[in-house]
Amino acid sequence: MLRPHRRHALWVAFLLHRISGLGLAIFLPVHFLVLGLALEDSETMDRLLLWSDSVLVKLAEFGLVFLLAVHLFGGLRLLALEFLPWSNRQKTFAALALAGSFLLACLFLIRAV
Amino acid sequence: MLDTRLYLLQRISAMIMAPLVMLHLGVIIIVIQGGLDSAEILSRTQGSFFWGSIYSLFVVMVSIHAAIGLRVVMFEWLKIRDLTLNLISWLVFVILISTGFRAVFAVVG
Amino acid sequence: MSVWRGDANAGELQHFQVPQQENQTILDLVTWIQRETEPGLAYRFSCRVGMCGSCAMMINGIPRWACRTHVQKVVQGNQVTIEPLRNMPVIRDLVCDMSEFFAKWKQAEGQFRGGKSRYDAVEQLKPDTPKRRAANAAIECINCGICYSACDVVSWNKSYLGPAALNRAWSLLNDERDQHSLLRLKAVASDAGCHNCHSHQSCTQYCPNELNPTGAIAGLKRMAAVAALRGDI
Repeated sequence: MLRPHRRHALWVAFLLHRISGLGLAIFLPVHFLVLGLALEDSETMDRLLLWSDSVLVKLAEFGLVFLLAVHLFGGLRLLALEFLPWSNRQKTFAALALAGSFLLACLFLIRAV
Repeated sequence: MLDTRLYLLQRISAMIMAPLVMLHLGVIIIVIQGGLDSAEILSRTQGSFFWGSIYSLFVVMVSIHAAIGLRVVMFEWLKIRDLTLNLISWLVFVILISTGFRAVFAVVG
Repeated sequence: MSVWRGDANAGELQHFQVPQQENQTILDLVTWIQRETEPGLAYRFSCRVGMCGSCAMMINGIPRWACRTHVQKVVQGNQVTIEPLRNMPVIRDLVCDMSEFFAKWKQAEGQFRGGKSRYDAVEQLKPDTPKRRAANAAIECINCGICYSACDVVSWNKSYLGPAALNRAWSLLNDERDQHSLLRLKAVASDAGCHNCHSHQSCTQYCPNELNPTGAIAGLKRMAAVAALRGDI
């Protein structure tokens, strides 16, 4: 449960950015190791890719695409905040970043299944 | 803890990666249809100078970006400080950049 | 009403029954407790009308001025909890030690350093240049400590200068009369400086004077980044 002073949209946007960043950083070495298999052991890689066809894994991948998109759009929001003249529509931008990420992840899921 | 130098590295790597991530998301959404197999990936990437340079740049930038990002999280949430903090941050960078380049060589080389 | 009682070592919430009236503020209730039931209760206030900023405290977990907070607006199920400000050491009860807060203000070069003496003519300032507007917007801070208390970067990184000190530095860096911009830029670009800010924007959210420290810090980040790229700092 968020402490009272943290219960506002832009603090939640920060939390989402941090959690997505952490998630991506943990996933990244796994991603690289699996790709590395293409060189030495393409059979294992194909077995892993075949396993990734199951619905449960597709949902996990939906999560990963969402994390990447939300970190991208959230990051663009922060770059705009820091490097462009100040705008008072910070909450709108955060909401747009979240909505855009969700749409993109849904698009992925529709094409994946 | 996060001085101007690290801040700049973090933001510059972010700016470089923004278009790369868009491209990556685009590729993911296009190639996912009909499932993935290693032959499909390799036919796109193997011997391609374009994908080779894109993915190399991507690996370098993401290693910098993730190492600095995790450094901040370790400092703020895990209270790791000084030498330990620097060592772990460098370790993250080395792990990411080595596994990353191994992956690039695997799919492009 | 639950009031935090204690000192630097330990403390706990103490519960009081207080009269409910229309149009009363949290400060009215704290004063009622001190006068009617618990004379030993320590708290700070001065002006009672939102000018001095000395009655800042945590009200239901959010930093606010007690004198400008109507009980009706914050009461939750007939109950209000008040505690001393976060991120500052407690002296006793609702009174905290603000010396570190002010020390950081100095550390951020918060002092105006002009280049003229009493023998020079008074400098003419155009009120509507972008720099003057930025300086004017940030100058309204009265150092109540609300933003510092709301800031989680301060709680995660004890050396971080915090929103108030950085907002002050931003005001002076936009003041054409000030002569110490390089020194100040070095201070705010340090390890403890502006680049630690995560733009949670709690400072902007809770500032009773409706200032925008996050915007000021974003300006400092830009300014310091440009200076660093040019090799000035």
